[in-house]
Amino acid sequence: MKLPGVSEFSWRDVATEARLLLIGIPVFLWTMIPIYHMFLFAISPKEDAFSGKLWPDHPTLHNFEIVFKQQHYFLRDFYVQFWNSVVIAAAVGALTLVVATAAAFSISRLKVPGGRMVLNLALFTYFIPAAFLAVPMYRTMGNYGLLNNHWSLILAMVTIASPYAIWVLKQASDKLPVELDEAAVMDGATTLQIFRLVYLPLMMPSLVAIGTYAVLLAWNEYLYAFLLLSNDQEITLPVALGNFLAADDSPWELLMTTGFIYALPPAAVYYAFRRYMVGGLTAGAVKS
Amino acid sequence: MAITLSGDQAIAPPLSSRLTPAQVWGIVLLAPYLLVFLAFVVYPVCYGLWLARAPSNYVALYNDPIFARAAVNTLIFLVIGINIKMLIALFLSGFFAQQRTWIKWLSVIFILPWAVPSIPTILSVRFMLNPEWGMVNHFIFTLTGDDGPNWLNDPTIALTMAIAVHIWKSLPFWTLILITGRLAISHDLFEAAEVDGASWWQKFRFITWPSMQTLYVTCTLLSMIWTLGDFNSVYLLTGGGPADLTHVLSTLGIRYLRLDQLSLAMASIVCAMPFVLPLVYFMMKRLSR
Repeated sequence: MKLPGVSEFSWRDVATEARLLLIGIPVFLWTMIPIYHMFLFAISPKEDAFSGKLWPDHPTLHNFEIVFKQQHYFLRDFYVQFWNSVVIAAAVGALTLVVATAAAFSISRLKVPGGRMVLNLALFTYFIPAAFLAVPMYRTMGNYGLLNNHWSLILAMVTIASPYAIWVLKQASDKLPVELDEAAVMDGATTLQIFRLVYLPLMMPSLVAIGTYAVLLAWNEYLYAFLLLSNDQEITLPVALGNFLAADDSPWELLMTTGFIYALPPAAVYYAFRRYMVGGLTAGAVKS
Repeated sequence: MAITLSGDQAIAPPLSSRLTPAQVWGIVLLAPYLLVFLAFVVYPVCYGLWLARAPSNYVALYNDPIFARAAVNTLIFLVIGINIKMLIALFLSGFFAQQRTWIKWLSVIFILPWAVPSIPTILSVRFMLNPEWGMVNHFIFTLTGDDGPNWLNDPTIALTMAIAVHIWKSLPFWTLILITGRLAISHDLFEAAEVDGASWWQKFRFITWPSMQTLYVTCTLLSMIWTLGDFNSVYLLTGGGPADLTHVLSTLGIRYLRLDQLSLAMASIVCAMPFVLPLVYFMMKRLSR
């Protein structure tokens, strides 16, 4: 005996599910195809890569071997460039945290005179597109004599990362109760002790989020890196990737392999800190 | 509220005694950022404006067909590209708000374009669109037996593809933000609407949209400002080509810079300011409440 009510209900479920799949499958393909294509090139010998197949006839890790042994003209400084990227990203993360945490503490907790104005200036910088600042920044770094020096990229990236960092950290510190500071002052704590023993521990989640943000921003940066650094020994990985295009017969399978290696750390960091990133950044990014 | 102590100490004793230790520390701690700001924002901007002061630069820009083309391209990028992106993001935020295990997993994958650096993925797309060896034209050939279009050699298609790459990269971010907006809407409203037999369109029109429109407009404007600075999508996909027909303002500035025409580069940026500054002002009003 059929139960019309039940079967009708589940048919409706199936229809809903089908409609959701009709959205989900294109979304999945759209997201994955460029990434899969990169992966496909990384595991394909040159002939397979250029044949347009969806899976290589002879999948291989040979490309990775070439990259790791630096056995190609374009890859002869791979390790140096990888290391440059690491050092610059780490320095930008650390410096941004120092600069922004100090500024946010000063504006939000110490209510320094003019703090509001500094915050507005920082916000203003945050909204000016970074590519527009790149042109005068290039010239300025030349005037400072910093071109082709890692410090030029580090300082430029700190400049770009700080405004957002200050703003998010200021929002987060405003949420800490004033009574905490007052109680600490009553107990005879100095400003520095409050900063170190009360403020920093409570701000930890936001600090992790902002540190990650600054590190990823620096690791991923192409435009500034390519303007400010040009010497093969000084450039970062993304600039080296861009330089592959200089030749007509670029080894695309090696380019994609190097790109794949370069893309892994930020993806891993992102997923490891996803909780912090989503909580700390998207909530702060756009307040309705 | 920043200046709390000026009122009761108006009879100006020397500066050092007017400041509490906490405020001295406040100034010390603010100093690093102020230094960065002065050295790497104020000085470059003033220097750049000084370089772009001569009216002859603007005449030269006006006479440069590449500049006019770049301005139009930028406008297309912003007005069409961003609105399409935000509409898709709004739609997908509804999709990802559904409670399903597989949709949860899909949302984790969906973040990938935003989580990975743009350089390798844009170059990956660039090769996919290669007319001879790219995967896309292989696919078209297998399906239809015809050669596919010469993607990046046609300015219209190339610009469309640059917009597509931009959407691919930044769609996850905006979808994520719109999802948080959607999840903030009280569920009771939808239940009440359900009881009253409202259609999905009515639910969207009378519950979802009114609660999300401010967020949506803010996101759209913010995305427009940031997209003005999107250098990678165009530069790494088309390099501004063919024949410098797909430049946008951000790549054009760098092109002038590379040609050692720094004052033209600055002038092209100054030309964008009448559009950028009102948007920035509006955003600051909105965000610094």
